[in-house]
Amino acid sequence: MSAVIKAEHISYTYPGDEDTPPVQALRDVSLEIEEGSFTAILGHNGCGKSTLAKVLCMILEPDEGTLEVYGRDMTAEDATDEDVFNARRNVGMVFQNPDNQLVATIVEEDVAFGCENLGVAPADIRRRVDEALATVGMTEYARHATHRLSGGQKQRVAIAGVLAMRRRCIIFDESTAMLDPKGRREVMDTICRLNREEGITVIHITHYMNEATLADRVVVMSEGGIIMDGTPREVFSRVSELRAAELDVPQTTELLWGLKNAGWDVAVDIFDADECAREIARALERGGHGNT
Amino acid sequence: MKADIAFGQYCEGNSFLHRLDPRWKIIFTIFYIVTIFLAKNIFAFALLLLSAVLLALSSRIKPSILIRGMKPLLFIIAFTAIINIFWLKGERLLVDFWIIHIYLEGIINALLIVTRVLLLVVGTSVILSYTTTPIALTDGIERLLSPLAKIKLPVHEFSMMMTIALRFIPTLIEETDKIMSAQKARGADFSTGSIIKRAKALVPILVPLFVSAFRRAEELALAMECRCYTGGEGRTRMNVLHSSWRDALMAGLLCVLCAGVIVLNRLGFVYNLSM
Repeated sequence: MSAVIKAEHISYTYPGDEDTPPVQALRDVSLEIEEGSFTAILGHNGCGKSTLAKVLCMILEPDEGTLEVYGRDMTAEDATDEDVFNARRNVGMVFQNPDNQLVATIVEEDVAFGCENLGVAPADIRRRVDEALATVGMTEYARHATHRLSGGQKQRVAIAGVLAMRRRCIIFDESTAMLDPKGRREVMDTICRLNREEGITVIHITHYMNEATLADRVVVMSEGGIIMDGTPREVFSRVSELRAAELDVPQTTELLWGLKNAGWDVAVDIFDADECAREIARALERGGHGNT
Repeated sequence: MKADIAFGQYCEGNSFLHRLDPRWKIIFTIFYIVTIFLAKNIFAFALLLLSAVLLALSSRIKPSILIRGMKPLLFIIAFTAIINIFWLKGERLLVDFWIIHIYLEGIINALLIVTRVLLLVVGTSVILSYTTTPIALTDGIERLLSPLAKIKLPVHEFSMMMTIALRFIPTLIEETDKIMSAQKARGADFSTGSIIKRAKALVPILVPLFVSAFRRAEELALAMECRCYTGGEGRTRMNVLHSSWRDALMAGLLCVLCAGVIVLNRLGFVYNLSM
């Protein structure tokens, strides 16, 4: 396993102007993303998670620290625009607002946009576009107008656009935040499938806890720094720390944690509703309430 | 206001006209317009009318759609017809009543001008706007003008702007709708009062619309940069345009039509137009 992205001691401050003081968004963040992993980055509003995404995607240049993408140091003195361009061929980004990232009026034209920019031969683009649309399950919409799609479908088209460029790592910057529950499920299913079946490295930035439980690894941010890093089970069992960072926990964990605090003998690191029900049933059979 | 606006009037289809190369279609349309303006008498117009009917039939577009497309022009057509009938002076007086003098020349002239306007609308819309997707159209324009890039004209940038504009028109219409609903919910009134009052009522719509359009533009630029967009240089296209036998056939037919119009112009010297 090699590191796709390796960030060390990164800091970033948004420069202020006359009316607004400068804001430090990232403080000494170090993060290493393994090839083929699925990492969720959690945090409440303004904790710096979107800034981190922009730094990882080389939209913002960090003030301090080093950023290596596929072994190439982007913060080195001799890093050129071409290096950034090459790194962007490998690391794609899907943004929050589905409307503001589609360029063309027809679905397949939009998916082709990135490939066209890379100068891929026309016949090759055709094949890649068809493959990418099949992967996200949008083949039947290839000739549809982009503005008539639902939010979830638009995000899937955006994902197809990234896939057609043959990128191995995709950063999702709150890509599910503006979607309805159905759209969110569509997009999350697609993301999970890409990670498991296609082996694509996923960095998913979100504030939905149940989305984070699908990841292999959860990174929690607060006040511009990383405060927790581990598997979902590890992270979500630290309920009081999460509460301190103004974050919720998954509903199942919240319920079990409440029971545990009331003296029940239950595990709290369970995210599946059925499994949670079974755990409570088991506890009841064991005599449930510890105090009785 | 409807978000589902049929933009660019394109009608889905797979007819002979739909399958022409957009580059050639633009040239054909210009050529057809020139031919219409060459026509000077009833015979030439009859030939053109026949050609327009044939074009409309070959496009397989429903006549009702074509008629709907002409509706906005009704006023202009009626206006020019009335001006010509009542004000053009000729030699053969037909009606002479109080201040109304109608001459035969006036009526004929009005008829020909109305026909010309109709031909222009039907011809251009059938060859171009009804049978070409907006994206194919901008593509065709970009490629037709591509020689101009050599003298440093921003041809690619222009077509990119067109594409993005087409992409965002429905989105912005939807947004306008939302803002208007929001303002109405707070008691804004857009439909009564003097013109000045109504224009003032539009300010609370336009300001948020512009602010959001600028924010969208910024985000879109970011997204495009992330997708490796660096301008027109070194860019390829998925769909390559091919000219086929259809384009050659269409070019031949239009040349015959133009020649026919020129010949018929010489034939009918009776009712020559004096314009």
